[in-house]
Amino acid sequence: MSSHSTTAALTQPAGGKRADKTFKAVAYACGILILVVLAAVALFLLFRALPLITGDQAANSETISNFTGGKSTNFWQYVGPLLFGTVLVSALALIVAFFVSIGIALFISHYAPRKLATALSYVVDLLAAIPSVIYGLWGGLVLVPAIFPFWNWVAEYLGWIPIFAGPASNPPRTVATVAVVLAVMILPIITSMSRDIFQQTPRLQEEAALALGATKWEMIKLAVLPFGKSGVVSASMLGLGRALGETMAVLMILSPGMTYSFKLLQASQSQTIAANIAAQYPEANDLGVSVLIGTGLVLFVITFVVNYIARKITEKATA
Amino acid sequence: MPAGNKGPAIDFDKFRPSRSFVAARKRKDMAMRVLIVLAFVVALVPLISVLWTTIVNGVKRLNLNFLSYNMAGVVGGNQTSSGGYGGVLHAIIGTLEITLGAMVISIPIGIMCAVYLVEYANRSKLSHTITLLVDVMSGIPSIVAGLFAFSMFALIGGPGTINGFEGSVALSLLMIPTVVKSSEEMLKIVPADLREASYALGVTKQRTITKIVLRTALPGIVSGSILAIARVIGETAPLLMTAGYTASTNVNLFSGQMTTLPVYVYQEYSKLNANCPPHADATCVTTIPMERAWAAALVLILVVLVLNLIGRLVAKVFAVKTER
Repeated sequence: MSSHSTTAALTQPAGGKRADKTFKAVAYACGILILVVLAAVALFLLFRALPLITGDQAANSETISNFTGGKSTNFWQYVGPLLFGTVLVSALALIVAFFVSIGIALFISHYAPRKLATALSYVVDLLAAIPSVIYGLWGGLVLVPAIFPFWNWVAEYLGWIPIFAGPASNPPRTVATVAVVLAVMILPIITSMSRDIFQQTPRLQEEAALALGATKWEMIKLAVLPFGKSGVVSASMLGLGRALGETMAVLMILSPGMTYSFKLLQASQSQTIAANIAAQYPEANDLGVSVLIGTGLVLFVITFVVNYIARKITEKATA
Repeated sequence: MPAGNKGPAIDFDKFRPSRSFVAARKRKDMAMRVLIVLAFVVALVPLISVLWTTIVNGVKRLNLNFLSYNMAGVVGGNQTSSGGYGGVLHAIIGTLEITLGAMVISIPIGIMCAVYLVEYANRSKLSHTITLLVDVMSGIPSIVAGLFAFSMFALIGGPGTINGFEGSVALSLLMIPTVVKSSEEMLKIVPADLREASYALGVTKQRTITKIVLRTALPGIVSGSILAIARVIGETAPLLMTAGYTASTNVNLFSGQMTTLPVYVYQEYSKLNANCPPHADATCVTTIPMERAWAAALVLILVVLVLNLIGRLVAKVFAVKTER
């Protein structure tokens, strides 16, 4: 700036039009890049999975039967149990995490004293920051031996419910244990979003409920929960999306199997898509990688839809 | 008593709540209070357990030797010539380089995308779609990001290409949405007065954005970026298939396999036990892989927590002063 003479600085526009235009173009390009990247993800996966459809079908079915030990020869037969396992584990994790997170969110927003609440928010964020591989390590080495007596008790006394049919596997590298770990992992996501929405409840509605003589819980039921309903639903969907795509914790804990089975306490029943990719990938040949990428594409589509619905719900609620 | 004011006689006693009804409501209130506090305690158990076991098991093998050697020349559970049992030097270097690569890709793109959304978009249909897709993108499973980078590099560099930069690309796919979201929030709270004052002085839009808006929002953007780094630095699954695993130190981001800390943790975990020769002395430890996994996990947790702390401190100390 100082190198310009005074008159030049006054007659020339500061900066210049070209820099302005370039900057605008770069900003637009980066915005559009998001669209391009998402399209590229879908296209590249589709391209790599293409041999499944157009390639030699005999070779395909041979690869798949190698993966499954001859149980299935068709891609949909292969991806079916995996999809079932993925949805089962994630849904269980969501069921476990849902009530606990709503509880924590209410505790932070309406029960805890102000100072404690801020500290607690940090603790919840801390839970979110721990890498999944550490949850896997902890789940595999600490939780698996520790939780067996509990599952054993469940199998013994609640075994008449089909999903808890015993005997409980020992070590319990089962769907139930994985669901507990995944629940811990998605807890912070659901909690922090629900907490934010609960804290926005109109103060007047809360006070009106209390003034009519409602107890604290009745106030929450009358004012807070109806207000936060859509936010909570969307938070749960996001948590579900995270659980669907979780790889390491499942890979390190679950003893895999390829069945449509609801026996939560028995090992080698189910496997998730993400963990299956990570497990099979190192030993897969070229066609095998194509099959795995095909399953990855299925996972991508499902998480995309779940996340999309979640965001649409939030959008409608805030609009 | 005036005749016109003769309403129906209301028996107010009918509405009086019975004592048992009041007690039941109070009981329910108490029960819910207990449940809610209980939910909180339940959530604390795994957090404390994770941190506690990682620290207790991690400190056993976490020493200078562990941090300054790689896994080259480590045989079974035997002690290496340096007096240790192998280490994570190569994993730390790999983590730093791959994360740096991801930063270089995603932070400029993320910030510019946020600039587009806040400064240029004017609530157009395109920006609406982009906002929605950024949200959706933040939910992409990490393994799908890995598959994407892997298939892209297989097309560009021939099948089976594995290098550190591929890992960076996979990570940046996960990092961009986080950076966009946090930068967008920060740009939005920059007061409009500042922009208008700048335009009134005849400053071009580009200069206003770079010199005024971005500068004001800088602390928030820095803190958001640090939190995004903390998120991707612990990613394992995409790096497993893009960056691979090697025992020796590889400093070249663009060729050869590269180990990162999370992948190291996983690899040691899946080794289960190390072999010792039948007549080995006491220095041969069969459980060394798990101990190495815990120690590396402790290093990883420390890195992530320190990054989180720095991010939050930056946000707090240098926060943009808006009009209350």
